[in-house]
Amino acid sequence: MAEADLFEFLTRMGDNTLILGHRVSEWCGHAPVLEEDIALANTALDLIGQTQLWLGLAAEVEGKGRTADDLAFLRDAGAFRNLLLVERPNGDFGQTLMRQFLFDAWHHAMLSALCQSADPRVAAIAEKAVKEVAYHLERSADLVIRLGDGTEESHGRMQAALDDIWPYAGEMFLADATDAAMAEAGVAPDPAALKPVWQATVGEVLSDATLTAPDTDFSHKGGRIGIHTEHLGYILAEMQFLQRAYPGAVW
Amino acid sequence: MYAQMVKTEAKRVKSREEMTPEEAAFQDRIEAGEKIEPKDWMPEGYRRTLIRQIGQHAHSEIVGQLPEGNWITRAPTLERKAILLAKVQDEAGHGLYLYSAAETLGVSRDALIAKLHDGSMKYSSIFNYPTLTWADIGAVGWLVDGAAIMNQVPLQRTSYGPYSRAMIRICKEESFHQRQGYDILIKMCLKGTPAQKAMAQDALNRFWYPSLMMFGPSDKDSVHSAQSMAWKIKINTNDELRQKFVDQTVPQAEYLGLTVPDPDLTWNEDKGGYDFTEPDWAEFYAVLAGNGPCNRERMAARVAAWEDGAWFREGLMAHARKAAKRGVAAE
Repeated sequence: MAEADLFEFLTRMGDNTLILGHRVSEWCGHAPVLEEDIALANTALDLIGQTQLWLGLAAEVEGKGRTADDLAFLRDAGAFRNLLLVERPNGDFGQTLMRQFLFDAWHHAMLSALCQSADPRVAAIAEKAVKEVAYHLERSADLVIRLGDGTEESHGRMQAALDDIWPYAGEMFLADATDAAMAEAGVAPDPAALKPVWQATVGEVLSDATLTAPDTDFSHKGGRIGIHTEHLGYILAEMQFLQRAYPGAVW
Repeated sequence: MYAQMVKTEAKRVKSREEMTPEEAAFQDRIEAGEKIEPKDWMPEGYRRTLIRQIGQHAHSEIVGQLPEGNWITRAPTLERKAILLAKVQDEAGHGLYLYSAAETLGVSRDALIAKLHDGSMKYSSIFNYPTLTWADIGAVGWLVDGAAIMNQVPLQRTSYGPYSRAMIRICKEESFHQRQGYDILIKMCLKGTPAQKAMAQDALNRFWYPSLMMFGPSDKDSVHSAQSMAWKIKINTNDELRQKFVDQTVPQAEYLGLTVPDPDLTWNEDKGGYDFTEPDWAEFYAVLAGNGPCNRERMAARVAAWEDGAWFREGLMAHARKAAKRGVAAE
């Protein structure tokens, strides 16, 4: 396994948590109820904490003297490796929640598998993160069920959110040469292998929520190789502003 | 101080002779340092004043998320972003404890929020000022949380049990908040570039007087203040707290190499404290009346969050009713 493949894999993990953490943090002070303000800040905080670990290890593996902050704040969009799903705009609270649920169901399966990684550094990060993500999944699944099976309006909004985000879910299970190298080295699972677990989780929750997954296998893709939606550029323009405006300053 | 100018409805503080036997017994308990608990008898004015004070404090925590949240997505490093998220999460948590403390006095959180949204309850004037640069996040922690702590530390000894206990928890977290703010400025002023230091000075220039306003105008002759102090729901006068804040903060500014924007600031040996210029109270009253730089935006953001979230809250309630019904049917 080449170090370049491991770096690529680690940035995929860290960029997912960084970009989703950014999106979730945009809710600060604007949530529908105080408990959700707290839960969203807590989720974003977990995701940013995991970003520090994944990108920190990526920088170490790369060995070029870059830091996690350099990777987060000084790469342009084409170098980001996150799924398109996580850069989708927040929309209403239902869209934010559905995005979170579909991601959490994948993230939990992925981290559970990574706890068995042949690379002990990867396993150590996964063991810490999987505990946090188990809670993320419990929360998002619970809310999807309650809102799906709530009022006519909440049901309609959750179904619309599901229809909207569904074409971005399939990218989680696509594999390329990097994934093949990771799987062969026992560092990470084959992405396709996570699909049955994800489908079981999602299927059960959607059924309890009285929601119906769209009958299509179509999936947008490109985030994992650096071809993003228009949204990522704006996220980075905001996130990287200070580092770009004051090059070399310490904060 | 997150509660400013809380009215007590008192025209003057009653003398012992004027008190009913219940009021006198209540006052004895206060003076003996006993805590008043939710089910205890209390004068109606005490209950209503506490609701106003705790409610105003809770609203301040919630509205206070907005100026700080303004920089979460632009925090300059992952560590700063994580720390700021943790801090803002704490503030929302403080709001939750305080609304819960107010609920023990017989008012619901929803009723208090409705009063915030219709303008009949206030939040601290400080959150109507904008956070324009990253240094403002440092200044908010250092000065705004610093001023809040000044008031909240004595309130740990306040006479109402649930409020006192909420304050004990809140104070632990606020001192961490103040340190994180000061730490941002230490980095910018002592290790930063000239541009960063200028940014810090600009933040101090803009936040100094609004921070002094947080304690409210002089209340040494105020009947409301005298009544609240007799009830031990206010422990110090506004002037005492403001003086203490200035005396504590000036050396901290000096350590950072920043200049407090008050040319008349001088050490007064006789009183063992600084003489300083009072803030512009006309500006303070204008901000309270709704004409601060961000009043309209802050309230519009809170009202929009509440209204846009109505379907979410109704959905959860509907689900809870269905689940309860199914539970009954299953029995």
